[in-house]
Amino acid sequence: MNIFKNIFKNNFYFFLILFIISGSVSAAEGTTFKNQKPGFSFEGPFGKFDKESLKRGYQVYSEVCSACHGMKQLSFRNLSQPGGPEFSVEKVKAIASGYSIIDGTNEYGEPIERSMVLTDRFPKPYGSKDEAKAANNGAYPPDLSLIVKARVDGYNYLYSLLNGYEEEIPEDLDIGDLSYNPWFPGGAIAMYQPLYDESVEYEDGTIATIDQMSYDVTNFLAWAAEPTMEERKKLGFIVMGFLFIFLILMYLSVNRLFKDVH
Amino acid sequence: MNHDYQYTPKNGFSKWLDKRLPLMRFADENLLSFPTPKNLNYFYTFGFILTMCLVTQIITGIVLAMHYVPNTLLAFDSIEHIMRDVNYGWLIRYTHSNGASMFFLAVFIHMFRGLYYGSYKEPREIIWILGVVIFLLMIITGFMGYVLPWGQMSFWGATVITNLVATIPVIGEPVLTLLLGGYSVDNPTLNRFFSLHYLLPFVIFGVVILHIWALHVTGNNNPTGIEVKDSKDTISFHPYYTVKDLFAYIVFLLMFCYFIFYNPNILGHPDNYIEADPMLTPAHIVPEWYLLPFYAILRAVPDKLMGVLLMFGSIVVLFFLPWLDTMKVKSARYRPLYKIFFLLFVVSCLLLGYLGAKAPEGIYLFLSRVSTIYYFAFFLVIMPVLSRIEKPLPMPIGISNSALNNSVYDSGDGIASGAPSYAMDSVNRH
Repeated sequence: MNIFKNIFKNNFYFFLILFIISGSVSAAEGTTFKNQKPGFSFEGPFGKFDKESLKRGYQVYSEVCSACHGMKQLSFRNLSQPGGPEFSVEKVKAIASGYSIIDGTNEYGEPIERSMVLTDRFPKPYGSKDEAKAANNGAYPPDLSLIVKARVDGYNYLYSLLNGYEEEIPEDLDIGDLSYNPWFPGGAIAMYQPLYDESVEYEDGTIATIDQMSYDVTNFLAWAAEPTMEERKKLGFIVMGFLFIFLILMYLSVNRLFKDVH
Repeated sequence: MNHDYQYTPKNGFSKWLDKRLPLMRFADENLLSFPTPKNLNYFYTFGFILTMCLVTQIITGIVLAMHYVPNTLLAFDSIEHIMRDVNYGWLIRYTHSNGASMFFLAVFIHMFRGLYYGSYKEPREIIWILGVVIFLLMIITGFMGYVLPWGQMSFWGATVITNLVATIPVIGEPVLTLLLGGYSVDNPTLNRFFSLHYLLPFVIFGVVILHIWALHVTGNNNPTGIEVKDSKDTISFHPYYTVKDLFAYIVFLLMFCYFIFYNPNILGHPDNYIEADPMLTPAHIVPEWYLLPFYAILRAVPDKLMGVLLMFGSIVVLFFLPWLDTMKVKSARYRPLYKIFFLLFVVSCLLLGYLGAKAPEGIYLFLSRVSTIYYFAFFLVIMPVLSRIEKPLPMPIGISNSALNNSVYDSGDGIASGAPSYAMDSVNRH
């Protein structure tokens, strides 16, 4: 298209300078600490969650992480909805009924305790922030609902962190009561190493290595941060496909229209 | 296309309507038969793209406001409710949040185009000034919108930026209290920001109408910077530019969709997915990417008050552009020196944007000072000086001649003087 050619011809130096700048900027960036990248099935434009891994990941969360970390944005019903672990509704009802909650008061003003149902949020590990801090060396265990979105390179960082506890502490680092994890900013982390081989016994018989559990729970947390991801990518393909066809038609229209304009 | 064209009502109803409310005549003269220079390139499609951006933001914003709760205890969770439970809430919210970035991307290109082709010069000063007003309103609206999700960056960004007001002597403190509705960023702040964030887009819409009105009085500038002389220089807005603008908009939409559907959080900060905590300051407080150049200017100055003044000055100076650059030749095509300084200006803006995200120390601080000096020197020194000393290249006689690549050249002097002929014509028509 002539018009495009003209834009580039007339502004060649502009684009050249832009190119050089963007090149030097990205060259200056590459010095930060690199996360491990195990490769997840949900990456890329057609990525989908590995449902079996999500199920195992939920098991790791509920048996290990949930002792200290809440997930206040999630309800039990999310566990059976499309695009997630897709447990059967019966299974989720059974999971939920294992927890109880104080829900209002009766006519005498006494608290009513009932077992949880599908529409209840995941149980909170602590009654208050202060209680949580007191139980954890003064550090507040963050809510995990959005943790993957709330960190740079979220899922790779999380996987590296969980998989990256080291026994040997560098000599020049004083970590006090804390644990050493080179992936954590500063290296000293208040969370003790949470996962050891066979920390959980997987229902599907997968061998529970630290690596496997880190991978599965990261998968689960990535889904929890954005349960609509599969829907989003699927719709994106349709919308952009439509726009692309529209684009071709409009391209032809513009060419035909401006053919006689000199 | 025909210059002597007049709207004539065709049927009984339109004749009846035309005598009472000439709506169809207005639409015909401003949207359909409106004579537009025939040589506009794709940089001239951003006006339409920006209008679509504004409409998109308003529509998605109205829907979001139906589900959002402007309360510090509930705001963060209400956003997550939109993302998880509202039907297509994720789509509406990602369109709105990325839409703000797209809006600013388009407005930057639109403004650089105006600078390059001299679109702010006589007789288009008012169009430019109204544009700067829109830009200023956009910045305020964007900043307030970023506070609403009540994440860590929302809270701390709001704290840093509002505290700048306190540096102003005497009135600073009371104005800050009025702005915040208290002594720190809290629930009253969130409430008034929400209210204003809902109001200002409609104010922008009003100024956009004035902006387009002013444009339709003088007519478009064009890449040659030579005013339209007769009907041979123009084509009707429809179908030529409706189709061309739509084509450009679809290209733009494809990029927009890439962000919405495949990388919706890349333009935001991860910290904004952490609920606001007044007791915990993030390691680096950074505004949204589109405000980074101004943030860099603020931090380049050692004195706080001077920094604030320069930051606001960087936008205020734009209002005076038509009187700082008095060169009659509009387009940078025929201004070899201006072209170089303009490209350096673009570079300095991009550099400021990059430096705004870096800690203000060492080489970063030095570079942001150099860029800040260049930013102001470009307007206050280079433009007035070039207006006096630059010798423009030979120019074609008119738009049609230039398009035909006719080798008849004029010295370029006096090209921009006098009212554009067809603008006079359109005045006569009414």
